[in-house]
Amino acid sequence: MKICYYPGCTLKTKAKELDRTARLAAAALGVEMEEIENWQCCGAVYPMGTDEIATKLSAVRALDYAKHNGGKLLTLCSACHNVIKRTNEDMKSNADIAFRANNYLKLEETYAGETEVIHYLEMLKNEVGFDNIKKAVVNPLNRKIGAYYGCLLLRPSGIMAFDNPENPTIIEDFIRALGGTPVVYPFRNECCGAYVSLKNSELPKKKSEKILASAKEKGAEEVITACPLCLYNLQVNGGDILPVKYFTELLAEALGVKA
Amino acid sequence: MTKQERIDNLLRLSGTDVKKCMKCGKCSGRCPAFNEMDIKPHQFVSLLAQGKIEILLGSDAIWNCLSCMACVERCPRGVAPAAVVEAVRDTVVRAQGKNGLKAEDIPQIVDEFIPQQLLVSAYRKYNK
Ligand code: SF4
Ligand code: SF4
Ligand code: SF4
Ligand code: SF4
Repeated sequence: MKICYYPGCTLKTKAKELDRTARLAAAALGVEMEEIENWQCCGAVYPMGTDEIATKLSAVRALDYAKHNGGKLLTLCSACHNVIKRTNEDMKSNADIAFRANNYLKLEETYAGETEVIHYLEMLKNEVGFDNIKKAVVNPLNRKIGAYYGCLLLRPSGIMAFDNPENPTIIEDFIRALGGTPVVYPFRNECCGAYVSLKNSELPKKKSEKILASAKEKGAEEVITACPLCLYNLQVNGGDILPVKYFTELLAEALGVKA
Repeated sequence: MTKQERIDNLLRLSGTDVKKCMKCGKCSGRCPAFNEMDIKPHQFVSLLAQGKIEILLGSDAIWNCLSCMACVERCPRGVAPAAVVEAVRDTVVRAQGKNGLKAEDIPQIVDEFIPQQLLVSAYRKYNK
């Protein structure tokens, strides 16, 4: 299976390991991730102001490219996924935004939200199947792992439609498929402090410490995430409470392709 | 600009119907930045509905909202408090000289681990 892939800028720089291990694991599972041409940074935060257009155009360009190249767009960074999926919804259901974006881009054919935006975890679950991943595991993880969802994959749930926003299970199912033991802890879908780190690092510090302490108290030996900013906040602002890794690092490890 | 024009602009920019709020406070109850906010999420909604926008435009809470969407998720009336906070923040930073981050301060804050995502998102939120 071949699918258009939007890596995003952080995965080309500070989060190379997220990109690298995701590609290795996908190849081992028979999925070819085809990086789209000339993608631009999505802006990392979905602009809520109803008059924002310019800040959404890079997402629309990527979506339109995918529309003409298989119809699906694979994302990996939680922030890219959130921005691109919410912008896609605007193109589908907000006539004013859709008109102004199309007017600016002068696309030959109007883009109206046709592309299906799929996060890597959704691809693993729905296209590959956790059962098939389980069969492909050569190094079962045999340890207790806490899934950290954060906010961007889950909310707003009406648009993201990723999982139950209050009690998600997809990453726990993923951990189980890799032979690990998922640890459910109360703060797994609480925000880590996000971009406020740059303005007021005390807030992310409090939030991140609380999240990791809660995972540790429930017995987790490590925590996994899909977001480079979550990883940064938990690691740098959360102190040395628990190791934090990208979920794809564990996938590549379990599939025996990490080195 | 008249006060009414400023109110109308905030209502339009937020894109949410603040009159639907029933003042239950669930949004603030769920907000992870609650303790760091001088004006709480439910007050953003209520003050905008009453047209008391000077209080909102002078609030420090706009710098601590995380855009985590927890308030939006929990509101039983389909109101989006986060969108009101963002409309206020946009209005403040779009005015000349009101950026929340100064480019010259960035080098001192940046450490070797900071992901590009953090710089991009903070700039998008705090600067215009
Ligand atoms: S969300 Fe992050 S990784 Fe994705 S493109 Fe934007 S800044 Fe880059
Ligand atoms: S937890 Fe923080 S960094 Fe992670 S998705 Fe939420 S806002 Fe982003
Ligand atoms: S989006 Fe802002 S106001 Fe709403 S719950 Fe999160 S931090 Fe609080
Ligand atoms: S949760 Fe909704 S209805 Fe309740 S106070 Fe907040 S905005 Fe108003």
